[in-house]
Amino acid sequence: MDADSLLLSLELASGSGQGLSPDRRASLLTSLMLVKRDYRYDRVLFWGRILGLVADYYIAQGLSEDQLAPRKTLYSLNCTEWSLLPPATEEMVAQSSVVKGRFMGDPSYEYEHTELQKVNEGEKVFEEEIVIDKAVAIIPRGALFKTPFGPTHVNRTFEGLSLSEAKKLSSYFHFREPVELKNKTLLEKADLDPSLDFMDSLEHDIPKGSWSIQMERGNALVVLRSLLWPGLTFYHAPRTKNYGYVYVGTGEKNMDLPFML
Amino acid sequence: MGDLPPYPERPAQQPPGRRTSQASQRRHSRDQAQALAADPEERQQIPPDAQRNAPGWSQRGSLSQQENLLMPQVFQAEEARLGGMEYPSVNTGFPSEFQPQPYSDESRMQVAELTTSLMLQRLQQGQSSLFQQLDPTFQEPPVNPLGQFNLYQTDQFSEGAQHGPYIRDDPALQFLPSELGFPHYSAQVPEPEPLELAVQNAKAYLLQTSINCDLSLYEHLVNLLTKILNQRPEDPLSVLESLNRTTQWEWFHPKLDTLRDDPEMQPTYKMAEKQKALFTRSGGGTEGEQEMEEEVGETPVPNIMETAFYFEQAGVGLSSDESFRIFLAMKQLVEQQPIHTCRFWGKILGIKRSYLVAEVEFREGEEEAEEEEVEEMTEGGEVMEAHGEEEGEEDEEKAVDIVPKSVWKPPPVIPKEESRSGANKYLYFVCNEPGLPWTRLPHVTPAQIVNARKIKKFFTGYLDTPVVSYPPFPGNEANYLRAQIARISAATQVSPLGFYQFSEEEGDEEEEGGAGRDSYEENPDFEGIPVLELVDSMANWVHHTQHILPQGRCTWVNPLQKTEEEEDLGEEEEKADEGPEEVEQEVGPPLLTPLSEDAEIMHLAPWTTRLSCSLCPQYSVAVVRSNLWPGAYAYASGNLRTSTSAGVTSTAPRASTRPCQPPFNKSTPVAQRSWR
Repeated sequence: MDADSLLLSLELASGSGQGLSPDRRASLLTSLMLVKRDYRYDRVLFWGRILGLVADYYIAQGLSEDQLAPRKTLYSLNCTEWSLLPPATEEMVAQSSVVKGRFMGDPSYEYEHTELQKVNEGEKVFEEEIVIDKAVAIIPRGALFKTPFGPTHVNRTFEGLSLSEAKKLSSYFHFREPVELKNKTLLEKADLDPSLDFMDSLEHDIPKGSWSIQMERGNALVVLRSLLWPGLTFYHAPRTKNYGYVYVGTGEKNMDLPFML
Repeated sequence: MGDLPPYPERPAQQPPGRRTSQASQRRHSRDQAQALAADPEERQQIPPDAQRNAPGWSQRGSLSQQENLLMPQVFQAEEARLGGMEYPSVNTGFPSEFQPQPYSDESRMQVAELTTSLMLQRLQQGQSSLFQQLDPTFQEPPVNPLGQFNLYQTDQFSEGAQHGPYIRDDPALQFLPSELGFPHYSAQVPEPEPLELAVQNAKAYLLQTSINCDLSLYEHLVNLLTKILNQRPEDPLSVLESLNRTTQWEWFHPKLDTLRDDPEMQPTYKMAEKQKALFTRSGGGTEGEQEMEEEVGETPVPNIMETAFYFEQAGVGLSSDESFRIFLAMKQLVEQQPIHTCRFWGKILGIKRSYLVAEVEFREGEEEAEEEEVEEMTEGGEVMEAHGEEEGEEDEEKAVDIVPKSVWKPPPVIPKEESRSGANKYLYFVCNEPGLPWTRLPHVTPAQIVNARKIKKFFTGYLDTPVVSYPPFPGNEANYLRAQIARISAATQVSPLGFYQFSEEEGDEEEEGGAGRDSYEENPDFEGIPVLELVDSMANWVHHTQHILPQGRCTWVNPLQKTEEEEDLGEEEEKADEGPEEVEQEVGPPLLTPLSEDAEIMHLAPWTTRLSCSLCPQYSVAVVRSNLWPGAYAYASGNLRTSTSAGVTSTAPRASTRPCQPPFNKSTPVAQRSWR
């Protein structure tokens, strides 16, 4: 969720039951503003909270002008001091996927694994966040547009999805570089608008049915929840510009999803 | 020709000073117009330096440029005569700002210039009388757009320094046909020059309507520019594309219908009305203040806002307006049902809809009706089974080769607990959203609990959905929901040590055979445990609901006690029963066991404690979170009564649930062989 509209976003995303306490909210508002100034980000997103056994990690992301460029990730334990997480290498990603279990809440905690080296919890947090972000960060169609010069911009004239569009999975895209676009047939591509439809939509996510769409607040808010990564909530108020996503959870993938559907 | 003398003044008059120049140029134009009739052939001299850009028109230094200006006028006359359709021509835009973009060829450049110059000329002319002088006899419908243009011009020049509003080419608007004339068109139709031809072609191309609709590019550009000039957005170039899109959309979706509601918003409005009904006070608002005083007594409805506040401190819970709506919905529930106590249990998320769960206790003697219905259904089931056995015996007699009769008997059904005891201590009502009616959930049976432990399914949000799983769940989603609620309540309802105590009438501890006490009451002497201590140690928290045994009940029942029906079946089966007779009595931890005794989940502590705010420990609240049931929270602060709220998600406990293998019962012949 955008740090500029943090309060409203938290209010709208509260349908999942997890939110932030008032003191955290207050400290987030101030500290994210400072982060934006210090790191010179164009936009700062509050990504979410990873629940650990001892303490929770609060994660924020900083975006530059080009919305699809790789985002910088920051973490904090108390919502006031933010540290940049180091970028992950391939080996670290592989290692952390092996080490299972909940997060402790201590960034210096070392996980032990018989075959591999010890994995630092700080890195593990980061990989987890990257994985989750790639998998389930979403954006409504029309919120970003791509210029022919390359960079992707926020669409200032985005007025929100209509009610009928908001209930369809195809109106939402993954907020990452497209992976499956090139696999589409020519017929499908002919219907796409290259300035708006340049990301993967949620329709073709595997396993099918891993997204739950609901209307809340008496039909005035559409909420998407990921069933594969429980804890990710995306909200959008149709016909308005408000949208955002937040992750509050333990950082574990729901491997039982096919049985649960 | 009398055109020469006025011309040298032009270079001194730049476009910004246009207005003043225009006045003087009106004079010129008039002269030009008069000269036009006299010089029909001069238009054939196309100035070679018309190729320069439009804004540089003042740089043109030849006489023929005037003719250049005149010529487009003639072209227009031609086209008008030819019956050009929508002919908005150049009603909008200042020529200095208008960049005719699509033209790339040189001839097109010329055309661009010509059209630009045409517009310039138009601006400069600005008096209807001008056209009248030219040819009062020429009148045709396509004159209207010119009249439109004239209106525009008079508006502009009469208002002085104001720009616009510019009149859009809206087909809904009607314009008065002005008395315009066109330059006299001589009887001879001269050969159109290549440049003129190019201009004609370009204009005709622009005016061509699109395949899908009636809009031509010309019109669209006109509309777009009008819009930009009216709205004056910052940095129009960057929003050009979106404005383009919006303009097109608006053309085809005019907001004309103000009487009918938007069909898309119907469900939203309906929900809003239902929720509005929540807010109206029941019993009519006309009753006086005396009623108010009477009502402010004990109501079963809890103070949800207060608990919501504390949960918010812990970072859990729904937003405050949602909590208020839930409060109103519960008030509605209390009015509809005979409720003694009631509590907001929590929210369970489903795929299509979510459930709000309220835990209630009925007043004495109120719930007998539902019980009888359920019993009838189970008896019906037993009758069916007896019928099946009879058929089997008949077949046996006929066939020589006897199919071995199965000796498998289904395990005895464990009777469910009485209401108001054990797992069925409370009744649960659910609704999907505040404002919708509440539905009562049936009591839970031990079989359902046992099966619910083995499966893990999402809730869809509709209570009558069948639960398709292996091992098959006996019931539909309502039963599964009830079973999960029972499990969650049993596992996660906790309170600080000492808040509840056992009632003093004891003596039945040994009579129950170790089943433990099942009632507690609030301790009036409870002084509260300091928050820091609550956070430090799990021994300061105790469960205040009964643990559910593996059997599926809170109090153990021996399943092998023979009922009357079973004794009729004969001796063989009695012998078979003797084998697995030794069923151990199941014992669970007694009530009010501290949380420190809870088993670990795969090397994880089952509970996590947190202070709600580390910056101000004196005012913060101790929060306990379950790691087994994600979403179950409890808070305690000083003297305050604790409350557990499962803001529960649909996930089952963290313990891994492998898909169940088919149950192996030792009594089946197959199993017996394999066990040897």
